[in-house]
Amino acid sequence: MSDDYNDNKIIQAQSSEVMGGSAGVNPDMDYVRPSELPEQDLYHGHTFLTKWVFCQDAKVIGVQYFLTAVFTGVVGLILSWLMRLQLGFPGLAGFMTAEHYYQFVTMHGMIMVVYFLTALFLGGFGNYLIPLMVGARDMVFPYVNMLSFWMFFVAVAVLMASFFVPGGPTGSGWTLYPPQAILEGTPGSGAGILLMLISLSLFVIGFTMGGLNYLITILQARTRGMTLMRMPLTIWGIFTATVLAMLAFPALLVSSIMMTLDKVLGTSFFMPTILKAGEVLEYGGGSPILFQHLFWFFGHPEVYIVALPAFGIVSDLISVHARKNIFGYRMMVWAIVGIGALSFFVWAHHMYVSGMNPWFGFFFASTTLIIAVPTAMKVYNWILTLWRGNIRINTVMLWCLGFIVTFVNGGITGIFLGNVTVDVPLSDTYFVVAHFHMVMGIAPLMVIMGAVYHWFPLVSGRLLSEKLGKWHFWLTFLGAYSIYFPMHYLGFIGVPRRYFEMYDSPYMTSAVGMNEFISLAAFIVGAAQFILIFNVIKTLKNGKKAGKNPWQANSLEWHTSTVPPEHGNFGDRLPVVHRWAYDYSVPGAKEDYIPQTTPPSEVAHTEVEKT
Amino acid sequence: MSDPKIDGFELKPGFKGMASDTGSDQTMFKGVHWGKAMMWIFLLSDTFVFSCFLISYMKGRASTPVDWPIPSEVFALHVGGVPVPLLLIAIMTFVLITSSGTMALAVKYGYEKNKKMCGWLVLATAIGGLTFVGMQVFEWSKLIHEGVRPWGNPFGAAQFGSFFFMITGFHGFHVSIGVIFLFIYAYKIFAGHYDGEGKRGWFTTMRSDYVEIEILGLYWHFVDLVWVFIFAFFYLW
Repeated sequence: MSDDYNDNKIIQAQSSEVMGGSAGVNPDMDYVRPSELPEQDLYHGHTFLTKWVFCQDAKVIGVQYFLTAVFTGVVGLILSWLMRLQLGFPGLAGFMTAEHYYQFVTMHGMIMVVYFLTALFLGGFGNYLIPLMVGARDMVFPYVNMLSFWMFFVAVAVLMASFFVPGGPTGSGWTLYPPQAILEGTPGSGAGILLMLISLSLFVIGFTMGGLNYLITILQARTRGMTLMRMPLTIWGIFTATVLAMLAFPALLVSSIMMTLDKVLGTSFFMPTILKAGEVLEYGGGSPILFQHLFWFFGHPEVYIVALPAFGIVSDLISVHARKNIFGYRMMVWAIVGIGALSFFVWAHHMYVSGMNPWFGFFFASTTLIIAVPTAMKVYNWILTLWRGNIRINTVMLWCLGFIVTFVNGGITGIFLGNVTVDVPLSDTYFVVAHFHMVMGIAPLMVIMGAVYHWFPLVSGRLLSEKLGKWHFWLTFLGAYSIYFPMHYLGFIGVPRRYFEMYDSPYMTSAVGMNEFISLAAFIVGAAQFILIFNVIKTLKNGKKAGKNPWQANSLEWHTSTVPPEHGNFGDRLPVVHRWAYDYSVPGAKEDYIPQTTPPSEVAHTEVEKT
Repeated sequence: MSDPKIDGFELKPGFKGMASDTGSDQTMFKGVHWGKAMMWIFLLSDTFVFSCFLISYMKGRASTPVDWPIPSEVFALHVGGVPVPLLLIAIMTFVLITSSGTMALAVKYGYEKNKKMCGWLVLATAIGGLTFVGMQVFEWSKLIHEGVRPWGNPFGAAQFGSFFFMITGFHGFHVSIGVIFLFIYAYKIFAGHYDGEGKRGWFTTMRSDYVEIEILGLYWHFVDLVWVFIFAFFYLW
């Protein structure tokens, strides 16, 4: 690794002169106070290792996170295919035993929630977009940021290693409930569960390093003029989600450590007295409910760690592609913050059937339903943003519309499940599976897809094919509904989830055709995702050049000196921000958008609001 | 330290000041070093880690069906044949709190660019921490000698040993990490990394700055504060 700093490339601190875009027509009007911060001194890599592997550029780290997360996501997708193969056509795959099925369920769940969605939103989009959108040269601690990715990489490697150890990966369900998770008889109760717990602990450590970067960059490294209330909602979503992660992951870390000790040292934190084949095991006196509380104190905020960045990103995408300012920006910000705060007071709604005190259920049902208020506010605001907008029905917008519909669907079934009396009969049925896949699987995934189509031109300089994009969208959208709508019905007739097969139960007759249909839809939807991969490869080879700012967007990431942005992001001079990111279709303006860097004197004759 | 001065921005005191800082551009915590802000947020996260441990301990202790060992007997030292409860813990706590004092002085001398005093005080803090860890090793080996194990002990509920070793172990791990960094920083101070503009680190462009001593100090005071809670919950309850 080279240790020289290429001093001539380090950009000199900008002067504190009063500056606007063009030589100030009205300097007072355009005044932005001078910089508080010294210019950030960046480490520019020269070798392959320092430029592409152990890179300290947040953009490269973001892409590394993205690709690693997509790899785990593909593994999760293949696992879901295997599960659907068994459920739709039992016995067709000869190797599929009950043990394998449980292992696939567990790994699918954990991979998708933690290693795919969390890493993709915060590690991928967070790293790429935060410095660009707040107008910073890079994350505030680039070295720690690099370590964060490699810690995540090791966590993924450890997780994948568990597929190859004797006994295979853990099969205790993604919630890893003790005592069964570490007792003989559960698949992967030896090395599998240990590797899972170690991998989760590594993930938490790696994430903490990244999360501190995201928070301090947003709080302490914004460019001149970028106030908190001028930040794009993407940044607000990622920021709040990171705060949640910093406070929720400790519970996961602690429960992982305690369960590791239960497994390795024979402590009984979570282990009650257990009779096995007529013999009393060494364990005794512990509390399995304690694990559930710790796990869900992490697990519920985790839902919003995935959802809040999606909310933020979709707000920006809708605003850009409807050519209209986001309706109720401040309300949107406070809704994100409010949802984040409330998410710490609802965890036990995952535990209505755990045997906890019924009054607890009453409390947690109330808090759960209160979350519907800020969430509904956001949905109304998205719709009101679209209302009378100059909507461009392109692939990005289709994904956004798909998200709104899917999220409302999943949200409404959440109101069913939030109530104790309705939840108890529906608990552990396919209704629950349909609910959470709609609300935190498909809905955030739609946002990810929209975001990929939106920001791909920034990352690569080329536009993804719209034609393939539309195929991708419609197959995914219709297919996802074909999978999850019938699943609600399966839940109502009482088909239990996590069952390997239905044996000779009476469900067999009414559920069998539906299960076959769902499985076929799942194969098609899964395969449709490869359209995106094909599209990306094709576009990188000979896609249409995007040029600068192909969507006519306002936020800073589209106003860099070069596309794709180089290390340091903004060339010689950091941008100065004069407005929020949502000045679209302002009456009287020449174009239908006014970038954040445009000084007020240039648009003095328009009806632009002061932000 | 005097308040930082920010060009073109009026720093107001109190709640109004907080509101105006929050509503302004560039930084939320005016004049606060990036690393210092990061350490505060990390400590908030770490507080949640220790809270989870201690709440689990309370829950475990409250719900175990077997009687909990009596701490004043288990943790007593025999001096001349007379059991003195909490003697070792009192000394350990005293040493750790004292090391917080030397750390605070080191921060002060660091900002005064008094290289020698700062270096010696950081070294003293490191030795205090090392003494603490040493005494913890003694306490652990004494308990292990008496038959206390993570999975059981002769005095009562098995969870006593589990929680004791896990939580004091996790705290001791924090202290050990702190001690390692204190030694590294003491070396850096004496080797002159903080002189002038500050030496650049390896594979990074960050320059050494005496603010690092304060950041490490924040961590060190936090570890001490956590110990006060562990002390109260394990030895006094």
